[in-house]
Amino acid sequence: MSTAAVQSIAHNEQRLHPLPLRIMHWINAVAIFIMIGSGWKIYNDDVILGWLHFPDAIVIGKWAQYGLQWHFFGMWIFVLNGIAYLTYGVATGRFRQKLFPITISELLATVNDALHFRLGHDDLTVYNAVQKILYLGVILVGILIVITGLCLWKPVQFSELAALFYNFQTIRVIHFLCMTAIVGFIIVHVSLALLVPQTLVAMVTGGPVVNDPAAFAAEPMAVRRPAPTHEAAPAVQPAAAAEPPAAESPPSAPADEPTP
Amino acid sequence: MTIRKPTPSLFRPQKPIDQNVLAANRALVDDINRRNVLRGAVSLGALALLTGCDVSEEPSVQSALRAVSSWNDGAQEFLFRKNHLAPTFSPSQVVKPPRFNAYYDIEDVKHIDGATWKLELAGLISDKRPWTAQQIYQLPEQELIIRHICVEGWDYIGQWSGPNLHAFFERVGADLTAKYVYFICNDDYTESIDMATALHPQTILATKYAGAPITDPFGYPLRLRTSTKLGYKNAKWVKAIEVSNDFRETYWSERGFNWFAGI
Repeated sequence: MSTAAVQSIAHNEQRLHPLPLRIMHWINAVAIFIMIGSGWKIYNDDVILGWLHFPDAIVIGKWAQYGLQWHFFGMWIFVLNGIAYLTYGVATGRFRQKLFPITISELLATVNDALHFRLGHDDLTVYNAVQKILYLGVILVGILIVITGLCLWKPVQFSELAALFYNFQTIRVIHFLCMTAIVGFIIVHVSLALLVPQTLVAMVTGGPVVNDPAAFAAEPMAVRRPAPTHEAAPAVQPAAAAEPPAAESPPSAPADEPTP
Repeated sequence: MTIRKPTPSLFRPQKPIDQNVLAANRALVDDINRRNVLRGAVSLGALALLTGCDVSEEPSVQSALRAVSSWNDGAQEFLFRKNHLAPTFSPSQVVKPPRFNAYYDIEDVKHIDGATWKLELAGLISDKRPWTAQQIYQLPEQELIIRHICVEGWDYIGQWSGPNLHAFFERVGADLTAKYVYFICNDDYTESIDMATALHPQTILATKYAGAPITDPFGYPLRLRTSTKLGYKNAKWVKAIEVSNDFRETYWSERGFNWFAGI
């Protein structure tokens, strides 16, 4: 496609990762980096696991106060960006469209495909069941790490909230386990992004166009409000149809189907 | 390879820019460069990516991080609930003795002679007569069984008693509308808290731990104990209290730890 052609449809096209989402993704990447690196420094001052000290080379902040300064700077970026992301995901219907429904049969089929090295990467616009679970899971862990972080920062001002987690050290352990889960997610996420580099490119350029221009002509509302699940779902169809007919093909499931 | 000539532009000055202007205003330009807070903040994320090289101590980065820390002081002041009580515990949960922490080892703690010790009062207080330990022991006591939380991450439950600071301030006629309360200690330690915290119902001048006079390592004869601040704000071996409207850095805030340090 020529540059001119891209520009001519730039105002109408809806890409897999719209610009606001890409910006939020990379801000989050930086924020997570700061939070984990400085969190490790803070952890080192009073370790939870006796055998685990994070080496100085991989922590942020030479002294305790620097680690703390970074952590309480990064938290604003992480939280504000996270709120923007959650609001965006809910308001545009992206979460509903991309992450739901997750069905047991779809999960089993994905695992089966993965074990037979049959996982398709041709269509980046549709997440398989394992992806859906991982993305949804890391979002929930992100929310929990913020809640426990708030309880560690303000165990007295938010004593009612902190009381849900038994005691101060329990909150620390949960906060630590959330970090561990996020690090685990990052390892898988980055490895797979490097294995299928077009996903990485997509998070920079926006990736494939997900709306069918013909659909735009028929339904101009979809152009201005690209969010709603019902209108976006058929737009995915042509791309999905290009794949061999797979049993787990999500577009065949009604978008309204409740998650089991 | 040919070098392309610059495109003639209506907006390109016909004469070169007068460098004298820059030279004449060099001081101002340098001053702007010194105000690195914004620039530092923007580059913080990128700089953090340089692993193996700690950028935190760079003056521009440090001033940006401290600006955020000051902003966090304000955020914490906003979150502070004046009359919200910290959870309290039962005497059976109290750790004896309490856990020691200072910027030096327990062996280096200096003994204070309680018979000659006096609490000095300074600043916006109408009755500045010093207090002996005996006089303070005669004041009504309040007992707190509260959690001590250290910035390092550990915690324990302690049982502290002594006069309520708000009541003490009313007795000596302290200006309760002032902003800060400073605690000057027998070592070279200083701490300060905001007036709202000083007036919180769970802020006391502790003289006893678990019903007995506080022992040397934990602040004998008098220390601050508040339920709403991290451990390091609870100054030990207090020898003077000053009420003031002026902000001064304290031992740890000077070294980059958060000043408000509320929990």
